[in-house]
Amino acid sequence: MHAFANPARFLRIARPLTPVLLLSGLAIAAAALAYGLFWAPAERLQGQTVRILFIHVPTAWLGMAGWTAIAVASLVELVWRHPLAALAARGSALPGAVFCALCLATGSLWGRPAWGTYWVWDGRLTSMLVLLFLYFGYIALAGAVQREGGSSRIPAIFGLVGAINIPIIHYSVIWWNSLHQPPSLGWGTSHMAAPFLWGLLASTLGFTLIFAGVVLARMRALLADIQAEARLRRKALES
Amino acid sequence: MREVLDPWPFVIAAYALGIGATLVLVAWSWWAMRAAERRREEARKR
Repeated sequence: MHAFANPARFLRIARPLTPVLLLSGLAIAAAALAYGLFWAPAERLQGQTVRILFIHVPTAWLGMAGWTAIAVASLVELVWRHPLAALAARGSALPGAVFCALCLATGSLWGRPAWGTYWVWDGRLTSMLVLLFLYFGYIALAGAVQREGGSSRIPAIFGLVGAINIPIIHYSVIWWNSLHQPPSLGWGTSHMAAPFLWGLLASTLGFTLIFAGVVLARMRALLADIQAEARLRRKALES
Repeated sequence: MREVLDPWPFVIAAYALGIGATLVLVAWSWWAMRAAERRREEARKR
């Protein structure tokens, strides 16, 4: 793992990988969303509203995956002091928050015609909203630590503690009575018809590649800022 | 009696929001990365 701790080595990999991830992700997501909007059949019970799921499900997955990435990177930072782990955690926060907000917004837009309401305070929706607030807290905390020069271990601990919400989101539809349907996809199991399943998997793949590309771009930006600041400080000390 | 709504405005709104926000996120992240890397190069040259 420490082989990748070298910023120069990270940049050698990240420079060509960032545009590849972003462009392939945008192409796959565009194709999957075009399929979802124009060619996917209407579902027997949900009718045309099922098309929203081609965007809602990937954003829900990435909202949770973003915080999982923060938690794993925080653990790596706290235990192994990996110098790029803090950047990976901070780089995952903004795209995670955006996809979490998109999940809530598209879920509300699905809920109005399907459930008759934009919002209910049930376990799944509320725990997802809590996740969005956790993202806001993490972004504010990490920004304050960078500005004020505090220890990066503080947001890392916050990232690790906040991960308790991820299994709560996942199991909320099983633990509590909910308007939200239980999981349609599991490891090796699916309750979905093929025209929806493959479109959904393609859309999820496309958005995941975009997410990875954005995280790499954010990490490169944070690393460049740190290196520029260090260089200017060194020059100021020399003169 | 259950209210029946036309689903298409909700579908279009969800797609517009999802695609628009994703494109803004990608463009802003790319622009911020290029700007930060330019600042680093300028700091090296000084």
